[in-house]
Amino acid sequence: MSVVLALTIGALYAVGTYALFDRILSRIIIGLALLGHGSVLMLLFAGGPPGRPPFVESTVPANEYADPLPQAMALTAIVITFGVLVFLLAVSYRSWTLTHDDEVEDDREDARLDSPKRTVHRVEYELSVLGDDLEQR
Amino acid sequence: MKVLIGLPVLVPMGAAALTLLTLRLTRLQTIISVLASAVTLAVSIALLIQVETKGVTAVAVGGWSPEVGIALVVDLFASMLLVISHIATFVVLVYSLGHPRTRDAGAVFHPLYQAMLAGVSLAFLTGDLFNLFVAFEILLTASYALLTLGGRREQIRPAMTYIVISLVSSLLFITSLGLIYAATGTVNMAALAIELEGIPSGVRSALGLLLLVVFGSKAAIFPLFFWLPDSYPTAPSPVSAVFAGLLTKVGVYAIVRSQFLLFPRDEAWWLLMVVAGATMFFGVLGAVAQQHMKRILSFHIVSQIGYMIMGIALFDVAGLAASIFYLMHHIPVKTSLFLIEGVVVQTVGTSRLDRVAGVARSRPVIAALFLIVSMSLAGIPPLSGFIGKFALLQAAVASRQWFLVAVALLVSFLTLFSMTKIWNAIFWGEPFVPLEQEAQSSRVPVPMFAATLALVAVTLGIALSAGPLYDLSERAAVELIDRGPYLQATYLP
Repeated sequence: MSVVLALTIGALYAVGTYALFDRILSRIIIGLALLGHGSVLMLLFAGGPPGRPPFVESTVPANEYADPLPQAMALTAIVITFGVLVFLLAVSYRSWTLTHDDEVEDDREDARLDSPKRTVHRVEYELSVLGDDLEQR
Repeated sequence: MKVLIGLPVLVPMGAAALTLLTLRLTRLQTIISVLASAVTLAVSIALLIQVETKGVTAVAVGGWSPEVGIALVVDLFASMLLVISHIATFVVLVYSLGHPRTRDAGAVFHPLYQAMLAGVSLAFLTGDLFNLFVAFEILLTASYALLTLGGRREQIRPAMTYIVISLVSSLLFITSLGLIYAATGTVNMAALAIELEGIPSGVRSALGLLLLVVFGSKAAIFPLFFWLPDSYPTAPSPVSAVFAGLLTKVGVYAIVRSQFLLFPRDEAWWLLMVVAGATMFFGVLGAVAQQHMKRILSFHIVSQIGYMIMGIALFDVAGLAASIFYLMHHIPVKTSLFLIEGVVVQTVGTSRLDRVAGVARSRPVIAALFLIVSMSLAGIPPLSGFIGKFALLQAAVASRQWFLVAVALLVSFLTLFSMTKIWNAIFWGEPFVPLEQEAQSSRVPVPMFAATLALVAVTLGIALSAGPLYDLSERAAVELIDRGPYLQATYLP
């Protein structure tokens, strides 16, 4: 049982990390969700082997109950990662309505410093900064 | 007096709830928010006085035993940071009342701001590693929303980088919490300090490194700093100011707390010294290449973090005391630099170096304020930055880390260089009216101006009271390295 759980955690981390390296935003978010599941399972796994009774029964000695602390922590972690992921989804929706593009752009600033000869980038950058300045007022 | 310990968390939390309830009553909401901030500041000062006389104090929340429940602990280091942070946040709150972008953002600003303050206080006060994670999430979640306030196009993409990076480091934090719990069976920091000594040294250093990566990416140390100069400049000025002054410093606090309490060392740590040198150097190099005041200042945050890490990496009283003093000086100085940037944008419409000139002619007071804090940042005597850097260099010389000394001096010159670059471009020279200015009302709102003035006065106050403050930092450092008082206060209440 434990081996299966350990392998599942490993697989979740691996797939999550792989998806994180994608350029498509929605895949990054899915990757984060998988990573979140992996880390929550890890937290749960830290509480000892599965199969122990969680509730008080007269027949079970006191030290054989499942440790409730990791479960409480896992619950907290689930709530937090869920909340942040939903916020991230909202932000990426906002990004989509603004740009109609789900891809992570190249950094404009990097492009400017990287290739000063490529005037297209430069002009684009200057225009966008001008736009920023105007909008900032 | 133990009840005081919870208040810096409870008051802003309560204020966040109240300001949410009063969303439509703008005047009342503002009063609640300012009042709560003032109370938090007062409580923090009371805590500092109490800890200064009576030593480390701990309280078990809800009466649970520390292994199961959450302990709040306040020692000198935590209470000093609490005071300086809440001075900065109070000033920024006043400033935000006058700033058009936060004022127009409407009612949501205050609840978010108060929630962030609660997270910051909790991070300083908690004596429980899992609770530290929760504190980070509270302040980060509030900061995500503050960063995207207004939802403009240029804010969204950098904010996304910021959220993804923070979330990855939070997930890594959960992972390390799982591993730590599996290895020791507790997440109470005082209990961990004892338990971690009993586990194999390989596991122990792996856990220490994991926590360093987690807190390092929040503190923006090399090579985990790339998200910061991207995202901070896009927020409204008051928000960038409080992020710049505080959020990365909470990461530094967590590094100090975890490394000194959980993984103590007797001698300087080469890895952290290399990281410190690289953080200073690459941060300042990034700043030199920039053409926008806010971006220059953002890169300087990274470089300044390097100085703090440098003192920490030495792992002795002198280094740590210098780092603590540097933190105390850095928070108000960095915050006020961003506040001044906001004032410049307000008066001339932009803070691009090639679009503005001669602000000193029309706004001599603002130029003078900038000169004071920028010279303090660069470390010119007799300002507070000089004292902090001098103490750091002295500590590095005493432990014979010549390489670090050389890097720190070089970076100091480069800092001075980029500060004079801002000065020459924006404040000095013949004023010319940028195209955009015609439609711009160039009057600076009173709250913005007063707040900036007050915070610069605080930085001068730090320089004036450097002697007692340094003694206090030294006592805090001794307390951190000794560990005894902290363990006694928490684990055996």
